[in-house]
Parts: sequence; structure tokens; C-alpha cells
Amino acid sequence: MSAEFFYTIEVILNGLMTGVMYSLVALGFVLIFKASGVFNYAQGVMALFAALTLVGIQNGQVPFAHLINAVFGTHLDTFGWHVPAFLAILLALGVMILFAYIVERFILKHLVGQDPIILFMATIGLAYFMEGFGDLMWGSEIKKLDIGLPQGANIWIESATAGWADGFYGFYLDNLDIWAAGIALVLVISLMIFSNYTKTGRALRAVADDNQAALSVGISLRTIWVIVWSLAGFVALVAGIMWGAKSGVQFSLSLIALKALPVLMLGGFTSIPGAIVGGMIIGVGEKLFEYEIGPLIGGATENWFAYVLALIFLVFRPQGLFGEKIIERV
Amino acid sequence: MNASAQTYVTEDGRTIGTPIMEMKNITLKFGSVAAISDISFDIREGEIRAIIGPNGAGKSSMLNVINGFYHPQEGEIWFRGKRRKPMKPYQIAQQGIARTFQNIALFKGMSTLDNIMTGRFTHMKTNMFWQGIWKGPAEREENENRDIVEHVIDFLEIQAIRKTPVGRLPYGLQKRVELARALAAQPKLLLLDEPMAGMNVEEKEDMSRFILDVNDEFGTTIALIEHDMGVVMDISDRVVVLDYGRKIGDGTPDEVRNNQDVIDAYLGVAHD
Repeated sequence: MSAEFFYTIEVILNGLMTGVMYSLVALGFVLIFKASGVFNYAQGVMALFAALTLVGIQNGQVPFAHLINAVFGTHLDTFGWHVPAFLAILLALGVMILFAYIVERFILKHLVGQDPIILFMATIGLAYFMEGFGDLMWGSEIKKLDIGLPQGANIWIESATAGWADGFYGFYLDNLDIWAAGIALVLVISLMIFSNYTKTGRALRAVADDNQAALSVGISLRTIWVIVWSLAGFVALVAGIMWGAKSGVQFSLSLIALKALPVLMLGGFTSIPGAIVGGMIIGVGEKLFEYEIGPLIGGATENWFAYVLALIFLVFRPQGLFGEKIIERV
Repeated sequence: MNASAQTYVTEDGRTIGTPIMEMKNITLKFGSVAAISDISFDIREGEIRAIIGPNGAGKSSMLNVINGFYHPQEGEIWFRGKRRKPMKPYQIAQQGIARTFQNIALFKGMSTLDNIMTGRFTHMKTNMFWQGIWKGPAEREENENRDIVEHVIDFLEIQAIRKTPVGRLPYGLQKRVELARALAAQPKLLLLDEPMAGMNVEEKEDMSRFILDVNDEFGTTIALIEHDMGVVMDISDRVVVLDYGRKIGDGTPDEVRNNQDVIDAYLGVAHD
């Protein structure tokens, strides 16, 4: 085997791990879309908000410090304590659950039975509101997120695989990517099991299928919505942690949502395994394309390749890879 | 024979109890249009009670009032001896009222088994935490409820389609799965909205037999709506007849059959 072969493998492995990170974001969309038919435009901002909250809690930041200082002429900044990562994650999760409750109480409840496009517009409004609210609450400067996940190249894999071929110095894989991929996989598998084999999971699927019938067997739509948005908030928190640890917590974090769109087109809006497989195909596809073809056409193909791949897919399989089959009955 | 509030025993040996549900002077309006005007009737424990009437008589509206999809502007609803406050449909389901729908409302992407399991929703109490862990209480509860569901599946003879996504089943079987889901809730009152609509003669006979068996075996109180008088007269204990949102007849099938207003309504005699 030549070194070239192993470098290609390395690109594929990195693509797979990046893909799983995309899946993580796509998963949040799928959860909410499945249960309520709403395309939640705010999913990316939720990840940003969750990450901001986590960093803020960890560093003992005073929420709304700017506002308080401006109104009362104080000079508050931090509480001066440092919250351990695990506890901070739990608290941030609590904030996301509270957020889910607020969204249901003040937005969704009033839009029951409206067209999906109206709900979609509402989530756009929500996205921009949250963006501003996050800035107001925690400040807009770029923050470093560190919950103690290992970073940098995995020396062990690198040295173990070095010398497999002449001129090959071993696989260069980032520890954080490996962790992120592992955590994302566990998350996806647990969510699948949860939705298939538990009472609440069945209720989620039931609500997704038929609201009226779900009500008639005793399922409260509002409770289910709070649960779904909480789950999406949890997924957003995990995505926010992973992406935030990679590239810092800043506004651009909310744009990862754009990376999830082609994954959704490919995997289908309603399928949890679709989100993971779709993410992997996109991840590997764009990395391989950039590596093999990119140099020939001037590079920077990662920005558009995923969308082209998704478009081609849409033409042949509009419901996505794992989406529920569209059966036209006349 | 059954005008009093006493319990009595039918010719085929079933015991009919006191009223489990009483509708008193119900009026339901959509804007200025009255779908139901000032209707009163009761449903006794253990009986098969039919609500019939021509198209647009207010039958489905009445069922939707009972199960909480609609809230009447006037009148009182009494269930199991207590006046019922306005409630959400899911709270009413938790009180033990299950229903089927005229246009089949199944969870199409889910298997027959999963659909029927949702019928057990109100009986399953473990919280999300235990469900997440799965082992322990959640698993035990799941298995217990699964047993009840399997019993219903046997009873309605749908073992062969347990794993089939219901969207793929023929119409008659879908109707039966929907009945199974409602039955799995072990309801105190079972509401059936046109259980035989769109069925062929053989399917209608099957469905009639199942309705009678359910009532006989489990003693389930059943209120059903039908458009077509024929089948209903054979299986129900008492019949309410609605026309243009008013009640025009109430009694045993024989009484109703000989009621002049009912005959006029069905034969289409001009209203005064």
C-alpha cells in the first residue's frame, strides 16, 4: 500500500468525524420537525445560546452585567467563582429546558393549528431574538470553551500507524473530533432507542403522525412539545459544546445550522438514523472532493459541495435517504 | 321497560346499570349556526347506545362534545355522577373515555402493535427518568401493558398484522386496529364514530360481531354513531335520533322505528 492510499483513508476518517458533528446539529432539526412539523430555524442559535450559557456559568459571569451596570452605575462582571464543568453542563441543560417551556408557553401555544409556514416564520423571529438576548445576557465577545475534553492530535494513533507505508507518518486525528464523534454516536443511538421502545418515545411519534388521534388517547400536545424542545435544546447544548470547543464561542457558531441543511436534505427531515448517515456522507464527500478534485479547480469546494450533493440526491429521492416513503394515492 | 333509573337485565343476560354519562340541554353553536340545540340524553353503564340521524344531524358534533374536541355553549355534561368542567381532550381520555374516528386517525408510520400500545398511554405512569434508564420500573410496566395489548390483539383477531405499519393495511383492517387502540385503554366509555362507514357487507358483519363481543366480554359501555339505520338497530340497546341538531326520538330500536318523526326524517318528509 502506498502512502497516498493511507492519506486518502485519513481524509475519509476526518470526513466521517466532521460528518458526525454535522449530524449533531441536524439531529436537533429532525427532533422538532418529526414531532411538530416545524422547521426550527432557531436550532443553530440555540446551540450558540447553550454554549454561551455554559461558558457564562462556568466562569461565574454575572448575567445581564452590561444592562445592570448601565442602569445602576455598578461595575459588576463576575461572581468570582468557577463552576466545575459537569455542574455547569447540568445547569446549562436546566436553562435549555426552561427555554423550551418558555417557547411553548409564549409562542407555540398560541400558534396551534396554524400553517407550518407561520410556525417557521415564528422560529425565524425566535432565532434573531435569541441572538440578541444571548449577547445581552452574556456579552458579545468571543469566548473560549473548555470543559476538559482532550484536544490536539492523538499521539497514540499517530505513532501506532506511522510507517505503514513509505513516506506515511501516521494518521493525524484530533482528539476532540474523536470524542465528539463518539459522544454524538452514543446520543443518536440512545435517542433512537428512546423513541422506539418507551412510552414517551411512542407518544412523540404519535404526535408527529396525528395530533387529534394523539389527544384522543390521552397525550397532551403541550407536554410533548416541551419535551421535544427540551431534547432539541439538549442536542443543541452538546453541539454547542463540541463546535464551541473547536472554534470558540462566537456568533459564527449559529451558522453551523447551514451545514446541517444538506444533511437534512440527504437524510430526510424525519429520520434520526438519516441524520447520522447523511452527516457522514456529506462529511466524507466534501473532504474527499476537496482533497482529490479541489486542487484542480482552485479549492474552497467545501462551501458548496454539500449542497450540490444534496441537490442531486433530492432529484432522485425527494424524501431523503431514510425519510418516510412518499406514496401518492389517487 | 327501561324508563326508570334502575338497573335491569337484557334478554340476552347482560346487566345494564345506571347512567354513566348524562348530557343535559346541550347547545353547540358555530358562530350563529346551531349544530346541536338543547339536546338531552343519557348513556347507561354496560349498554350499547346508538346515536343516529341523517347527514348533518349533529351526530359527530355530539361525539366531539363528549370527548372534548368541542365545548358546548350551554348545557351540562355529567360523567360518573359528577358534573364535568370544560376539559381538554387528553384529560377526558385520562378519565376513561376512548374513541375512534370516522376517517380513521391512526398513526400511519407506526406498526399495529405500537399503535395499540399508545392506547395504554394513560395507564403508564413511570417518569422520563426511568424510561431513559429503561431497566426496572419502565421495563416492568412496558411488559404488563404489552400483555393487555396482546390480549386485545387476540380478541380482535389481528395477530397476523402485528408488525405491519398500519398505513399499508386495507381499510377494513385499519378500522379494526383503531378499535383495538381504543379498546386497549380499557375505557369506561367507548365512542365509535361510524364504525361501519365505507365497509362492505362482510366487513360490516365482522365489525358488528366485534362490537357485540366487546360489550359482552368486557362489559364496556359503548356509544356509537351511525348513518345507516339497518345495522345499528340490530346491535344497540337504545337509540337517540337526531335531525337538524334536534333530538326527534329516543328509546329502544322498536320504539324508534315506529316513531313518526323518525320515519319522516329518514323518508325525507318536508319540515313544517
